[in-house]
Amino acid sequence: MKYMLMMNVPGKGPYQIGGWPKADIEAHMAFMMALNKKLAEAGELVGGEGLAGPDQAKLVRAGKDGAPLTDGVFPESKEFLAGYWIVDVENPARAHAIAAEASAAPGPGGAPLNMPIEVREVMSGFPPELP
Amino acid sequence: MSPPALDRGAEQLLRDLAPQVLGAVIRRYRDFAASEDAVQEALLAAAQQWPRDGVPDNPRGWLIQVASRRMVDHVRSETARRQREHLAALHLGQVVAAASVESRRGEDETLTLLFMCCHPALTTSSAVALTLRAVGGLTTAQIANAFLVPEATMAQRISRAKQTILASGVPFEPPAARARAERLGTVLHVLYLIFNEGYTASTGASLQRLDLAAEAIRLTRGVRQLVPDDSEVAGLLALMILTHARRDARTGPAGELIPLPQQDRLRWDGAAIEEGVALLTATLSRGRVGPYQLQAAVAAVHDEAPSHDDTDWAQIAALYGLLERMSDNPMVTLNRAIAVAMVQGPAAGLALVDTIAADGRLANSHRLDAVRGHLLELAGDRDAAVAAYLAAANRTTNRAERHYLLTQAAALRER
Repeated sequence: MKYMLMMNVPGKGPYQIGGWPKADIEAHMAFMMALNKKLAEAGELVGGEGLAGPDQAKLVRAGKDGAPLTDGVFPESKEFLAGYWIVDVENPARAHAIAAEASAAPGPGGAPLNMPIEVREVMSGFPPELP
Repeated sequence: MSPPALDRGAEQLLRDLAPQVLGAVIRRYRDFAASEDAVQEALLAAAQQWPRDGVPDNPRGWLIQVASRRMVDHVRSETARRQREHLAALHLGQVVAAASVESRRGEDETLTLLFMCCHPALTTSSAVALTLRAVGGLTTAQIANAFLVPEATMAQRISRAKQTILASGVPFEPPAARARAERLGTVLHVLYLIFNEGYTASTGASLQRLDLAAEAIRLTRGVRQLVPDDSEVAGLLALMILTHARRDARTGPAGELIPLPQQDRLRWDGAAIEEGVALLTATLSRGRVGPYQLQAAVAAVHDEAPSHDDTDWAQIAALYGLLERMSDNPMVTLNRAIAVAMVQGPAAGLALVDTIAADGRLANSHRLDAVRGHLLELAGDRDAAVAAYLAAANRTTNRAERHYLLTQAAALRER
């Protein structure tokens, strides 16, 4: 079963990685890369990306003629998606365990961030046909 | 100029022999990964040499010999220094002995390989992947594609599984008589999962994808040849064939799910139904009846019914009743509730659904609400049916099913 693990962080607060000391940023990045490597080696990683900051983001709608109408997003107003993983695991408990591991990524001073990770099951195709 | 290609017969022969040869090589050398490489090289050599020189008299022996030579090269090679020290000490002595005494038939090797791939130390997803790779002879890319994961991820999963087996220290031998029934049960469960995955993984873009259901049937046919006397092996094969017979009718033009009651029965595969029923009949008459045979029997009743309403629902209810006694599974009771509703009316079915709901084990299952919705619809309780369908739609993790439940609720509202 596949799960999407979404790292949602508030627009303001300790997750603003740009303000961290260099050593803390490096420790955080190293942690994430090691986690990805571990998931890949376990044969569980389907995909995952970190996303560029919300100040680069745009909200897009189709105009009357179908052409894109863009709006800026206001990052300080709400939480945003910082990155995600899609994992293929044996059971929900394993997806939760991976999420908890990611949640404890080191923050300022190396203390675990314990950030909330939203875990959602990816829908599958057809149900097995019961006799 | 390209060399002449293998003809279809020789290609099929190679595919059939591959797991036997792999089994023989692993038995001698224990190292799953290296043995697989060696067998791949032997198969490649056969594909190059056989069209030119003809198929050897003993193709299996030829392949084992070539693969063994590669293994010896591997053991000797500088790059495998560590394995060399390890393997040379443990196994090199056996090579000579084993090569001269060809003790087991090829079928035994395939079966032992299958037992090993479905090893209890493995997670089910690893066992499934390894079985398809080692016994099914599929490429890692094909398996990855079938499960919609990247090839690198699947490669890691398979390589991990081999390491787990190597680390477990289990010798390459068939399980002892005492453990055999249980281990065969695991093998059948893995095959059943592969078959089901053929349904769950199939989406609109399934045309280029490997047909896992057909692959599971092919593998189960193979197991049946190896264990002809086991009635549950035959039961599982019949279940697969009888379910697969309805496959074409199960999807609409837009790729939508068409549930059993609405399927066009003219699109069912009559030849497959005939084969499945014959297999099941021959098996049931032999004695010990197990869960796969009972499920196959339910599938057979559906397959032989002229229409949904003219189905022998009393027999289906009785079969599910037998199945309930064998396995304490509320999902089986839920299926019986549908059959009971068809025989005694929706109220009787709903009463049974209520007892399952009170049991609590299916509290979060969408199937409970989906069945309740169906029975409420039959009872003419429109609003409650809509509510149940929507509750089920919110809970299912299945795209096609959610689509079906949502449209079912919408259609009822508009009626």
